[in-house]
Parts: sequence; C-alpha cells; structure tokens
Amino acid sequence: MRRNILVTAALVPALLWTVPASAEPLIYGLQVEQAERRFDDGSDLYAWDFDALVGTDELKVVWRSEAEYLTEGKQFETLENQLRLQKPISTFFDAVVGVRLDTPRGEDRAYGVVGVKGLAPQWFEIDADLYVGETSFVRIEAEYEGLITNRIILTPSVELDTPLGDDAELGVGAFAPKLELGARLSYDLLDRAVSPYIGAHYERRFGETADLARAEGEARDNLFFVVGTKMLF
Amino acid sequence: MAIATSFATGSLAGEYDITVDRITLETGDFSKTGIGYNGSSTPTVLRFKEGEEVTINVTNNLDEDTSIHWHGLILPYQQDGVPGISYEGIKSGETFTYRFPIVQSGTYWFHSHSGFQEPDGAYGAIVIEPKEREPFRFNREYVVQLTDAHPHSGDRIMRNLKLMPDYYNRQQRTLLDFLDDSRDRGLASALDDRSAWGEMRMMPTDVEDLQGFTPLINGMGPSQNWTGLFEPGERIRLRFINSSAMTYFDIRIPGLQMTVVQADGNNVQPVTVDELRIAVAETYDVIVRPTEDRAYTVFAESMGRTAFARGTLAPRSGMEAEVPDLREPPLLTMADMGMAHGEHGSMDQGAMGQGAMDHGSNQPTHTMPDSRVMQGMNHGTMDHSAMGHGTMGQSSGQPTHIMSDGSVMQGMDHGTMAAAPADPFYAPGSGLTPQAADGGKFLSYADLKAQKPLYEHRDATREIELRLTGNMERYIWSINGVKFSDAEPIRLQYGERVRFKFVNETMMTHPMHLHGMWSILDVGQGKWNPIKHVVSVAPGTTVFMETEVDAPGQWAFHCHLSYHADSGMFRKVVVEGGPVGKSADLDTTSNHATGG
Ligand SMILES: [Cu+2]
Repeated sequence: MRRNILVTAALVPALLWTVPASAEPLIYGLQVEQAERRFDDGSDLYAWDFDALVGTDELKVVWRSEAEYLTEGKQFETLENQLRLQKPISTFFDAVVGVRLDTPRGEDRAYGVVGVKGLAPQWFEIDADLYVGETSFVRIEAEYEGLITNRIILTPSVELDTPLGDDAELGVGAFAPKLELGARLSYDLLDRAVSPYIGAHYERRFGETADLARAEGEARDNLFFVVGTKMLF
Repeated sequence: MAIATSFATGSLAGEYDITVDRITLETGDFSKTGIGYNGSSTPTVLRFKEGEEVTINVTNNLDEDTSIHWHGLILPYQQDGVPGISYEGIKSGETFTYRFPIVQSGTYWFHSHSGFQEPDGAYGAIVIEPKEREPFRFNREYVVQLTDAHPHSGDRIMRNLKLMPDYYNRQQRTLLDFLDDSRDRGLASALDDRSAWGEMRMMPTDVEDLQGFTPLINGMGPSQNWTGLFEPGERIRLRFINSSAMTYFDIRIPGLQMTVVQADGNNVQPVTVDELRIAVAETYDVIVRPTEDRAYTVFAESMGRTAFARGTLAPRSGMEAEVPDLREPPLLTMADMGMAHGEHGSMDQGAMGQGAMDHGSNQPTHTMPDSRVMQGMNHGTMDHSAMGHGTMGQSSGQPTHIMSDGSVMQGMDHGTMAAAPADPFYAPGSGLTPQAADGGKFLSYADLKAQKPLYEHRDATREIELRLTGNMERYIWSINGVKFSDAEPIRLQYGERVRFKFVNETMMTHPMHLHGMWSILDVGQGKWNPIKHVVSVAPGTTVFMETEVDAPGQWAFHCHLSYHADSGMFRKVVVEGGPVGKSADLDTTSNHATGG
C-alpha cells in the first residue's frame, strides 16, 4: 500500500499536465452542393446551395445558404440563410435546430427550424426540416450519389417543399407543394475539392401554388439545363 | 543515481543528438514539405547495444511542439515520449534529453507522437545489437523502413476524412462494377449484394481509409528504387519496419523465400515464407539468401492494392528486376462485418482451423443460407482445409450454400483446391485473408512462436475486454464505443497478468499498440506465444493478448493507424503500484526541457 502511495505521488505531476494526448481540433469546412447557372429560354439564373460548418463530432454550427438570382432582373428570386445547430442523435442521423431568414425581393420572412439530416439505408442523403413561421413549411430533400466510375458521379436529387398554410404574398397555397428534381453529372477534377458538373433541373408547382405562379405570369413548371461545380474545402 | 545502481552494465553509455527539422520530401511522384530528423528525408537509423545507457538530446527546430516516442522500447514511462501522458512534449527551440537503459535487442523504430508529424515524415529506425550471440547467422543487413507518404498534410487528411469519410477512397464499387457483377452472376444476385451493403450503409471496399499515397522504402519512392547490395550466396538480414500512418503492406521478394527470425524485435522460431503482411507499426526481421548474380525486387503492395513500395536487392548498383503488377483489390465480405457465420469469437487456442475460402476479387458471390450475400468465393483455388465446419458445410447437418443461380452448390472439384491452410486470424470467409502471390506460404500470426519465452508462463489474473468500435460515417473511432476524449484510463495493478480480449466490431483492421510493456499474442502456443508490441486485429475477429504488468507509470494504448488513434481509438493506461527503485522511478527532473 505504501508503495502505491509513493508511486501515486510520483505520478501526480504527470497527471496535472492538461495537454491531451490527442486533442481534437475543430472540424470546419465548406460544402457546396450547387453553384451553378441554370439556363432556360430567356430566364437564366444563378443558384447556390452550400453548408459552411464548424464544430466537433458532438455539435456543429452550420450556415446554410440557398439562393436563386435572376440574371435578367438582377435580383434574388429566393435567398435563404439559415443558422443551424447540428447534433448527432443516432449512428447516421443528426438533429437540427436553427433559424432561417429569407430576404429575396419582396417579403422578408423568418422561421424557426427543426429537422433531421443524415444517411438513410441504401445511401440516400436525407434532409427533412419543419420551418415554423407566419406560414410554415415542410421540406424534404433526398440525394443519391451514383458512381458511374470512381470519378464520374451522377447525383439525382429530389426536393419537396410543402406549405402548411395559404400565403398569397409568398404565392403559395396550403398543401400545394413545389417539387424540384435534379440530375447532375459531375467529374472530380481536383480530389473532392472541385467537381464541375452539367445536368438538368426541373421545378414544378402544384395546386394553388401553381395557380398563383401562373397569375404572376410564371409557368407552373420549368426545365433548366445547368452547368456548375460542387466544392468541398 | 538510480541509473548507476539499477544497471550494473552502466559502463556502456552512448550519447546521441537528434534534430527535428522541416525537410523537403521528394517521393518521385510529388514533393512536399515534411518533417524529418537531422535535416534529412532519409530516415535516421539509431544503433544501440543491449545494456547500453543511452542519452539522446532531441532539439526541436520546428515552430511547433514535437516529441519522440521510442516504439517498442521498454523504458521508464517518463522517457516514453507521449505528450500529455509521459511528459509535456518538446517546445519549439528547446532540447529535451532522454536517458534510459537499453534492456532489449532487435529492430524497433521511433516517431513523433505529436499531431500528424509522423505521417508527415517524422520517423526513424532503431537497431539494437544483442548482448548474446543471435541464434541465426547473416552476412549483412539492411533496414527496410516502409511508409505511405501522402501529398496532403496530416491535418488536412484528418479534416477531409471528417468532412467526407470516403474522401480518399477511389476504389468504391461503381455502376460499371455492378454491370460486371450482373453479367457474371445475374442481376438478382448483384442487386442483393448491393442492397445488403447499402442496408448497412457500409462499403465492401473500406479496406484503406487513405489512398493516394506513394509508398517509400527508406525515404525513397518506387521510381527512386532503394537498393541494397549483396554478393551471391550471402545471407542478408532485412529489418522490415512499417512506419506508415495507415497502410498495411504485403511484402514479397519474387525469386526468394524469406525466413522470419524476429517479429517486433523478439526472436521467433524461424519460419520460411513467400510473403508476409506487415501491420502498421510492426517490425519483421527476415533472412534471404540470393544465390544468383541478379537483381531481386523487394515488392510491398498495400493491403488495399492501391499502391506499392519497391526496392531492389542487387549485386551491383543500378540493376533492376521485374516489378510485379498490383493484384486485384480485395473486397470485404459479410464475414468481415462479423455477420456471415454467427459466433466466431474464439480466436484463441488456435481452435479455428476452418477459415476462409479464397477471396480474390470479382469472384462469384454466394448467397448464404440466411440470404446474406457472401462475396468472392474462388472456386478455382478454394482452400480444401477451409471448407466445411460451418462455412461450406457439405456434410450432413451443415448449411448448404445457395448459388447465385439458385442452385445448391455441389460437385466442387476438390482435386483442384489449394492445400494452403486458412489463416485463423481472419474471420472465416474474410475478404482480407491474404494469399501468397504464386500460391506459396503466407505468414500467419499462428506461425509465430517465441524463440525464448521472456516470462514464466502463468494464467492471467484478469481479463479486460476491449471492443474495437467506430462510426465510419462520422469518422469517429473508439474503444468500447467511447472515444479517447470521453474515456477513463484503463487501470492496471503492478504485478498482475492481464489478458486483453480485442473484439473487432468494425470492418477495418486495427494494429493495437501498448506502450511500455510487452504484448504476448495468444496464438494458442502457451509459453511459446510470441512477444510483440503491436497486435493486429482483423475485422470480425477476436484476438487475445496478455501482458505482464511490470512497468509502473502511465502509458499510451492505441490503434496505430494515425487517423484512428487521433479520432478516438486511444486509451491511457495507468499502472498502479510497483516497487520503489524500479526503472519507472528514475529521477527525471533533470530531463525536463531546457531552453536550447
Ligand atoms: Cu484503427
């Protein structure tokens, strides 16, 4: 016992050192899913969709930004910025809470966000969010990375944005969703850092939401040819 | 001083200086700024004598902290060189003096234990001449130190893996592979296979986390062709050291057999092989005897077959021998997931004679009785001894394999099956089970027997189960589901003999390394079990090792894959108790860094 005490005493200075043997540095990065130009007859636009994140395995702060910028009118058709906290809740899924501020032309809107994000069986990347605001929305996104080769990747995606109430100012009707389908064929040019792509992007509005769009002189569906690049830094 | 009294052979004393410097690494494929010793990208080789009292002055010329860990050396814990566990590291501009007795012989190495300096080049070799004559003869010797030099810095690699765990995996299954599979074995079977892996969100190609590196031998890439000279008829001792961050190598020298005489610095009963797999951080000493007046290629393929190291043994410099092609990359199977065969936990006592069917890649897939898919059974070279016993089960009562076309597997031609025994250190049916290139003998852990037991054999006083765990998708690696930053130390009592039970629940192979004390690997040979400092645990297996707890202090215990250790597969071990005056109690106050 006495020996134990002696050795323990000898260990004390070492135990006081606080330098961890493997300190975990902050994880940070910029993940750009879309940075593209969408071509349609006469109404081209630029679009982006990225997550900038910083944090640890246990908690990340994410700035998510999505936008569509019209080249004709030189204005944002949509501009959403979210500040999200992301925390693991299972092996493959994170819970998300945050705020979202939309500042396109016209009405600004603020929402609270709760959602989940993760990897479903068969490798589907899933984002499912509830946006709570003046008019609330449910948005579900799914994406799949299909490897043609180890560098040429076809990424089909689907996004369904469903308003839970009527909002004439936003041009949406309750439970009349907007659907976006995409297919982007990318090539990993520089590691995974820069992956240019071409593809197609299709949008369609349903029900009341489509009617309101038509009243604004917009089509209820659009098909774009897209050119852009994915990025990961 | 304690030093003088503890070691009667104190007359032998050597002083060594090492500087830690920024260097330029030229691999032949790329060049980058790295970290090296004594200003050179050629690894420093330290030569000690058993019984020597060494003094090593390490001067840090970097603008960041550094450290040196003496891998495999038995020494006082304050000299072990792990920041935060043994000491506080070596600050920029300072010189730290290590002092410790050399109580062993053999081949070891040293490396930085700070950040990712080791993957960035901070490693060297240690050769210790024994006091007594060695039980084998050789005319000359070479250190053959292998690494996986990567164009990205260690920090960047870690961050990329955290952002995207498959960032560096360029061998994933593609649509083209799927089409091949469908053609070879039918669409339904190919789909089943895909969906079985997809269900788990795992990949059969997760063999190497890190690809895109250039393997080096003694700091030289394949095109730079490190060469060791010999005269025909000589016996050459090659001291293989795997100093890679992440890469297992399968080593062979076409045209020569290798007689393994040491593993991890300890003599083993000689075993002659055609090929051997060296886990990260292991060392193997082999003796080769080239008789012809020609060059021989030292060929070390990465386990995932994404790159190779190449050097040459030649009678005259400038000579080259044929360089083999990389073999087909292996694919993991459900066995590596620990799923295909139910209980397969008892790796000890050499009880597992049934091992694997041969798994080349692109082989037909077998649907298991439980409807899971098993990849890559190679009928052509199927290992006869590996069949039956719950895996192939042709005999009564055993499950029968359903072929991809729905038929029951029958009429296997036993005559054409290879007779090589399965390796019990792989899950039966594992896609990683190694096979010698030309059907020769591949070294297994089961072949390793100590030349001379270091310890009196006795029963373990305690068993500690360590499940090797991880979350590939988040790139978090852990032990018992807990990563290092959240874990309590493992507490051992001086004088006990602990039996560690490693249960690999991941699909990757982990080379587990305990500092400060020997790891006696249980290969079922009792007192002849080999003495090691790294124990590699293949996916889906359970491996035991025992440790005589004879070194007071606190020690690191971790997976030696750099990015696994860093992301949490790491523990502190505290050895409590122990006699006063034991080496660990050496007064080291004078060793603490002084401005330099
Ligand atoms: Cu590991």
